[in-house]
Amino acid sequence: MRTLEQTTQEVLDLASKHFNVPASSLAPEDDFFKKLGIDSLQTLEMLSRLENHFGIELPDYEVQGVSDFRTLASRIQSRL
Amino acid sequence: MKSFNGKALRWEWRDGVIELTLDREPGNEIGTAMLEELEQFVAAFPALIPETAVCIISSNRKHGFSAGADLRELYQSAAQLSEKERLAGVRAFIERIHAVFNAIDAAPFTTIAAVHGVCFGGGFELALTCDIIIADKMARFAFPELRLGLIPGFGGIPRLKRDLGNAFIRDLLLTGRSVNASRGQSAGLVAQLAAEGEAMRIARATAAQIVKFDAVTRAAAKKFIKPIPHEELGREIDLFCELFARPAVMAALKKFAESTDAMPYLP
Repeated sequence: MRTLEQTTQEVLDLASKHFNVPASSLAPEDDFFKKLGIDSLQTLEMLSRLENHFGIELPDYEVQGVSDFRTLASRIQSRL
Repeated sequence: MKSFNGKALRWEWRDGVIELTLDREPGNEIGTAMLEELEQFVAAFPALIPETAVCIISSNRKHGFSAGADLRELYQSAAQLSEKERLAGVRAFIERIHAVFNAIDAAPFTTIAAVHGVCFGGGFELALTCDIIIADKMARFAFPELRLGLIPGFGGIPRLKRDLGNAFIRDLLLTGRSVNASRGQSAGLVAQLAAEGEAMRIARATAAQIVKFDAVTRAAAKKFIKPIPHEELGREIDLFCELFARPAVMAALKKFAESTDAMPYLP
């Protein structure tokens, strides 16, 4: 079973890979909208990638108001 | 008319297969332009049907199949009308949509929706008129209409009820959340899953298989297994129009139309 730290790192790695941002530039407390430069459609794309990677469903309303990687990871963690 | 090149869509017939491609910026929103060209497509059925085994509906827009009804157009045209004119106009539009969608649903040739990306609201309802949904793993399906104070008005709920379990439909409708294609497949919505970007290739391979079968048998089998829920579709139109009359709906449409995000799809 993954720890929250492992989950958070996997979220950062996925974001780095799919949005072409250097992994070294991403931190758990970063605002992913600003850091990745994504809009709502790309957020849905990120949601799909996270769901496929972790094998979970993450309803859109679970990420309402969430903008940092660490909180996003905790939402994922609660569905593992 | 074996080929057509319009402002919102195009189609091309080849070897018994029609490829209908939605291609209207930004996200294949279904408004008057798309509706008019879908009506032209349906009007071409008498000429197309005798030589057509399969129709594949897909999108050329990067972000997905279709984002749904053109809410900006709906708000802008409704805002200028009196309440009475607004309600009459919406009912007329919805009835035209239902006529087109029912015709696609009942077409004697097999229909395949090749879906990628966003497949929301009216776009989801267009996909639901098809016999087979092939979706790539990045596709997402949603009925976000409750966010606007509405229910899906293009026939989505009766068609989902025809195909799927009520519990899944209630989740989709009452939460307005989007589900990915894998979840769609486990629920029975998506017939075949494709790798990212591969839905059209798989749809074409599926069409090549279907073309082999006898046309009369294929059409009879489809009619037998896929009744059109006319009564429920009619009740949906009435309920949609009743809800649309509420002031909260115009307020929600105004907020959507005035959003600065190109396609504001998060709840």
